[in-house]
Amino acid sequence: MLLTVNGTPVFVHTGGRDVDLSRPAVVLIHGAGMDHSVWSLQSRYLAHHGRSVLAVDLPGHGRSGGAPLDSIAAMADWVAALLDAAGLERAALIGHSMGALVALDTAARHGSRVEAVALLGVAERMPVHPDLLAAARDGDPSAIEMVIGWGHGPRGHGGGQGGGCPTPGLALIPGGRRLMAAVKPGVLGVDLAACNDYGNGADAARALACPALFLLGALDKMTPAKAGRALAARAASAQVVVVPQTGHMVMTEAPDATLDALAAFLSLRRG
Amino acid sequence: MAGAKFLKFDTQSLHAGQRPDPATGARAVPIHLTSSYVFSDVDQAAALFNLERPGHIYSRISNPTVAVLEERLATLEGGVGAVCTASGQAALTLAIMTLMGAGGHIVASSSIYGGSRNLLAYTLPRFGITTSFVHPRDLDGLRAAIRPETRLVFGEVLGNPGLEVLDVPKVAAIAHEAGVPLLIDSTFTTPYLCRPFEHGADLVMHSCTKWLGGHGTAIGGVVIDGGRFDWEASGKFPTLTEPYAGYHGIDFAEEYGPAAFIMRARAEGLRDFGACMSPMNAFQILQGVETLPLRMKGHIHNTRKVVGFLEGELYSDKGGKPGAAAGAVAWVSYPELVDHPDHALASRLLPRGAGSIISFGIRGTGEGGSREAGRRFIEALTLFSHLANVGDAKSLVIHPASTTHAQLDAEALAASGVGEDMIRLSIGLEDCDDLIDDLKQALRAATKG
Repeated sequence: MLLTVNGTPVFVHTGGRDVDLSRPAVVLIHGAGMDHSVWSLQSRYLAHHGRSVLAVDLPGHGRSGGAPLDSIAAMADWVAALLDAAGLERAALIGHSMGALVALDTAARHGSRVEAVALLGVAERMPVHPDLLAAARDGDPSAIEMVIGWGHGPRGHGGGQGGGCPTPGLALIPGGRRLMAAVKPGVLGVDLAACNDYGNGADAARALACPALFLLGALDKMTPAKAGRALAARAASAQVVVVPQTGHMVMTEAPDATLDALAAFLSLRRG
Repeated sequence: MAGAKFLKFDTQSLHAGQRPDPATGARAVPIHLTSSYVFSDVDQAAALFNLERPGHIYSRISNPTVAVLEERLATLEGGVGAVCTASGQAALTLAIMTLMGAGGHIVASSSIYGGSRNLLAYTLPRFGITTSFVHPRDLDGLRAAIRPETRLVFGEVLGNPGLEVLDVPKVAAIAHEAGVPLLIDSTFTTPYLCRPFEHGADLVMHSCTKWLGGHGTAIGGVVIDGGRFDWEASGKFPTLTEPYAGYHGIDFAEEYGPAAFIMRARAEGLRDFGACMSPMNAFQILQGVETLPLRMKGHIHNTRKVVGFLEGELYSDKGGKPGAAAGAVAWVSYPELVDHPDHALASRLLPRGAGSIISFGIRGTGEGGSREAGRRFIEALTLFSHLANVGDAKSLVIHPASTTHAQLDAEALAASGVGEDMIRLSIGLEDCDDLIDDLKQALRAATKG
């Protein structure tokens, strides 16, 4: 469905069911240079397990209009505005990578609007190498290769003990590559710069007043599980689930483990 | 900063899509000969049926052995996903049925496999889908043949049996100008020789029966989604961009982004048309794919040697000096030859080799002309097998005018580039000296009359 947020059209995928304001809502926030479709194996499940689902395309991404927002704080304020536009008082936030920082920062800046946060592939800081930042800013295809290459664990890369996409017949790395190649020029550079510049992770984690789940890939090279654990340790109360044989793309590499963790965390029931 | 590392083609031929079986530790891909899969609980069953969770329900729709082959072929081609089918013909049919219904129109190369031509020219019109055929070198004709109702452009990297090289980048650009995807049948080249997605194609299909399997034991096909075509922007593909009542109102482009086509092909096409690949066949084809790089190198090595031999037979004077008398071979067609019309294009698209199919004309002498000479030639061969297949590890031969293209009338035969004198060789992996000896004695037998 389309919403208007801050005067800009925003696309929201609802998981195959319309948003029902009588159901608790969950907002899914994608990572840098991606869109709502990274959640294809979570959004339908959540929508059929008691939740109204808003898998967003952030401004400038996917089917949404506008320009990409240039800071995590601006994206967090945008999430609050999204809730206003959807007529939602509160929602659980599920974010991946940059989206996890957005969820964390939304909980810090707009705590009363956040029921819970589930943070996938997250760390207190997400420094981005200057070469990658420059390549992304310049629209050099090597930026996508770096993100996709470093972002996937053995389920994507194959070989050894890895290999075998959970969804029959799909190939994770080409899929990720195509998704990112479809993003408008310059967007990835803005996103990565926002991640690189974000310095409020530790304070935001300490200030968390809602339930928090940290869902981490044991083989994540971009936000190592050790860094995710360290961030979780700053929160007063946090559950940590480390998914074995999984890299940074937790929800596509390990969709069942992701759903199992989310189902337990959000007490999901079919309906 | 170090660049990201990806496993390379030869490694992926052996590993993509598979890990040791977690239940048994089996290193080889297990053959999962089961029709169906036990659900862990009612909620998991409901979630599988509603595409909320990944997994297997029934082997017509997906199977763990077949899924390894699908992911391996998708990876080797650089596609986002693949669906394996009962045959190459089933792959072509599945692609078409996923894209269009009655009223749809296809623009196809006129130089394609005879079975594909039968499907497009004679069978699909009965279901309201029509095709215009255009010579693969006629790019203006291709552009002119595209109509508002065109939903697909289709061709083969190497024409069958004329060995025309399709200018994939230019054909893709013409298709894309019209908001239509390009499907390439890449059977003759395999991803080892050409990866059509890198040249602008949107969908790729193979008959896995040929070089991918390499052993001639298992029939199978595959359609692979490049994931780059923007179905939404085109606006011509409601099967991919509008809610599908047959699957809980799912909008495949919205739900799956780059994987929209291949998810619909499986969720509807395999579910309803049912032309799935058997897990036994998938296992056999996987054995072939594991050695694809090695075999393709061998095919190309032998093919180049045989082409050199046939060129030497163009003149009775094997040195080919001007004025030499005609030899047993009237002409030789192979895209690496400098006099092949697509030589420069082949150098660009197929730098590792232009496949292992050679066409040549046998010179008719005496009564019966070239048709009779062709018959004598084929019957005299001992190593080459006379059969309707290509891409076996064993060398094969056929006379298209009397077999694969026999359905075509004289005009269509000519349009497909098939002359009565044409012999098609599929060069295998035998010692090429033995192959050349066999060709030598058969050419002698053919010209003795």
